[in-house]
Amino acid sequence: MTKTVFPPAMKSRPVYGVLEPRSGANHLVIADGEGADAVVEWLAKHGDLAPVLNSLHIIYTAGPNGTDKTEQLKKMGAAQFYVAPSISALLPRLQRVLADAHMGTQFYLTGTEGLMGQAEREIMATGFPFAAIQKEHRGSTVRRVQCVHCKGITENVATDPFPCSHCGLNLFVRDHYSRRIAAFQGVNIDAEDPGLVPEPVVRFT
Amino acid sequence: MSGGAKLLVRVAEVVVVNELIKRFRFVSRDGGPLPAFSGGAHTVVEMDDNGTRRLNPYSLMSSPQDVSGYEISVRRDDAGRGGSLFMHNHVKVGMEMVLSYPVNLFALDNRAKKHVMIAGGIGITPFLAQMAQLHHFGGKFELHYSARSRSLGAYMDRLAERYDSKVHFYFDEEKQAIDLSRILSMQPLGTHLYVCGPKGMINWVLSTASKMGWPEKALHHEEFLAPGTGKPFDVKLATSNKTITVGTAQSLLEAMEAAGVDAPYMCRGGACGQCETNVISCDGNILHRDHWLTEEEHAAGLKIMPCVSRFEGKSITIER
Repeated sequence: MTKTVFPPAMKSRPVYGVLEPRSGANHLVIADGEGADAVVEWLAKHGDLAPVLNSLHIIYTAGPNGTDKTEQLKKMGAAQFYVAPSISALLPRLQRVLADAHMGTQFYLTGTEGLMGQAEREIMATGFPFAAIQKEHRGSTVRRVQCVHCKGITENVATDPFPCSHCGLNLFVRDHYSRRIAAFQGVNIDAEDPGLVPEPVVRFT
Repeated sequence: MSGGAKLLVRVAEVVVVNELIKRFRFVSRDGGPLPAFSGGAHTVVEMDDNGTRRLNPYSLMSSPQDVSGYEISVRRDDAGRGGSLFMHNHVKVGMEMVLSYPVNLFALDNRAKKHVMIAGGIGITPFLAQMAQLHHFGGKFELHYSARSRSLGAYMDRLAERYDSKVHFYFDEEKQAIDLSRILSMQPLGTHLYVCGPKGMINWVLSTASKMGWPEKALHHEEFLAPGTGKPFDVKLATSNKTITVGTAQSLLEAMEAAGVDAPYMCRGGACGQCETNVISCDGNILHRDHWLTEEEHAAGLKIMPCVSRFEGKSITIER
């Protein structure tokens, strides 16, 4: 089972649901790593698979933990299946797909928060209401964190605190999340007492 | 005083648009500018109809860039409760009237990349202001506007002249219909859909769009309900400690006002939620007519919208 249960947190922390079938002219799935399992389970919920598969486009990349279920997804028989080498290589492809997409397209995002957040940001930029984008978390819980001081973003953060990969400050990882930036907030933990940094703990795996 | 601050205005212009519609222009009595508004906003016009106080909401149709006056269009409803007939028969240039501040329950979602508007008959009025706003700021839109006949297609001439191929007209008498599913299938991602017109048209547009996978948050509609008529009924007002009778052609809100109770209101058409009132006890059926409360709330019977809803049965007590 790859489903994730998150402990209760502040309101700004995103919560995720379970992908459900929806009617629409086209279906666009963006997934990484263990998100492939959610796609398989979502497809299994459809009574008649043919109409969905004929209008289904899956864009997939391996997870930050190395999980790669390309072969499993390929077998599903989507009309279009594209594998990107990384999330940052996946996003330009997504932008191109969105530029040609019409209303009536349904979106399904699944996998890590970094992938879902960044894909959601691209879809929102078209004017599509974010509340209508389905998301299901699967796999790694590593975080994409923005340093509130230098604004640099560090991907795949596992420990708390961690050194900012741009300015080097020791950052405490908050649950405060920005949909616009698609990242959690990292705040300097030893501002008052420089050098007094708690032992890093692996909080995200 | 409920209903918010008032605007003291004078009627500057009355224009016959066609056999059913008249247009009214209001200017401030002190000659100054009126408050700014956004496309889709409405105002509540107060009328003193031979001692009967009537308050009807009308969409502002003039350009939001013009605050030297407000314009509304009123379709005459010969079978209605009398508000539109009063506007048609008694409102003359120079008359002093009172308006509410503009309120917008049908605003454009400016995050949208494109706006598709569907209008039926007099439902064109909020779109006139919205199109002026979008035109001014360079927003992308297209309008599909259907009317019974060419002579009843109000403002089609000026729309065609100003907006050219962005506007499309359809006439029932000529058996022309809006090809909705084709229009909805061609819209780029990030398009929002707006509909204003008769109830049947609104339901048709919203349900077709939902079936085609349009998200609820991209669908916008406006429908002001007339309070409608019904059998008279008694209501106990717990806070005011009064029992009132609501007449056949009167709304519960109007009956409370006539009894000197200062009940909150804004749109007076079942849309805004301002007049929502708790039901303390009820032995009978609440005839819910609003589209503010959810279906579950209607079924629960713990709330009523006095601007449009009525009661049938033994007794009802509300918290007002």
